[in-house]
Amino acid sequence: MSIKVSTRQVDGVTILDLSGRITLGEGSVTLRDTIRDLLAKGDKNILLNLGDVSYIDSSGIGELVSAFTSVKNAGGELKLLNLTKKVHDLLQITKLYTVFDVKDDETTAVGSFTR
Amino acid sequence: MLNPPTARTSLTLASTLATVDRVEQEAEMFAKQFGFDDDEISNIAMAVREATVNAVVHGNGYSGNREVAILFEATTTDLIFRVADQGSGFNPAAIPDPLSPENILRGSGRGVFLMRAFMDRVDFRQLSPGTELTLTKHRTANKAGV
Repeated sequence: MSIKVSTRQVDGVTILDLSGRITLGEGSVTLRDTIRDLLAKGDKNILLNLGDVSYIDSSGIGELVSAFTSVKNAGGELKLLNLTKKVHDLLQITKLYTVFDVKDDETTAVGSFTR
Repeated sequence: MLNPPTARTSLTLASTLATVDRVEQEAEMFAKQFGFDDDEISNIAMAVREATVNAVVHGNGYSGNREVAILFEATTTDLIFRVADQGSGFNPAAIPDPLSPENILRGSGRGVFLMRAFMDRVDFRQLSPGTELTLTKHRTANKAGV
């Protein structure tokens, strides 16, 4: 199974509800294209809900980092919500957990964006 | 041989993304036979997946003329996963440290790091042509299986 992405807006924040696997190939490309399209529209406050992401490989980790950098360079913020244990552990061992702003409550996460 | 394999799986596959997924699944099924817990099995499968990505993408460059050779073996003490490509070879010492501040925001370069994090040994051997990665996971005394 590859990745599925649903997009919704909450108080000026674009929430991407991701499910499936973010891996080399389709999963990574889908995430990259979605972020690119949002930035092109001017949507720069982005919250990635990873609660239903069961698996991520090094390419997927790289894609998250690239998304973070792209959004930051565009003057926006990208934050992560609802990490599964697997993704949490991967971000810990790659020392990326402290790079990302990671939240576990959607309301708190939405309220934390700079507007 | 002092410690002959008790189980073995070998495959020769095309240099495609489908191969990456297939080898990950095969590694998961192989490891499940030997009493590892779900987290360990997932980590072993991820390490083997990353080795296969290296072979398909970086070694063989998705070439239709180059194949990936897979050999999984279990001994009484270890699980051993060998992944070989037919590319031009590479120098593992030249891989940047993905944890260093100057590399932490790079969009790639974490595959070998994850292999080393999840396995007990990662060895590289230059072939002619190609590179073989050997990933080893120790079986501990309390683990069941054949």
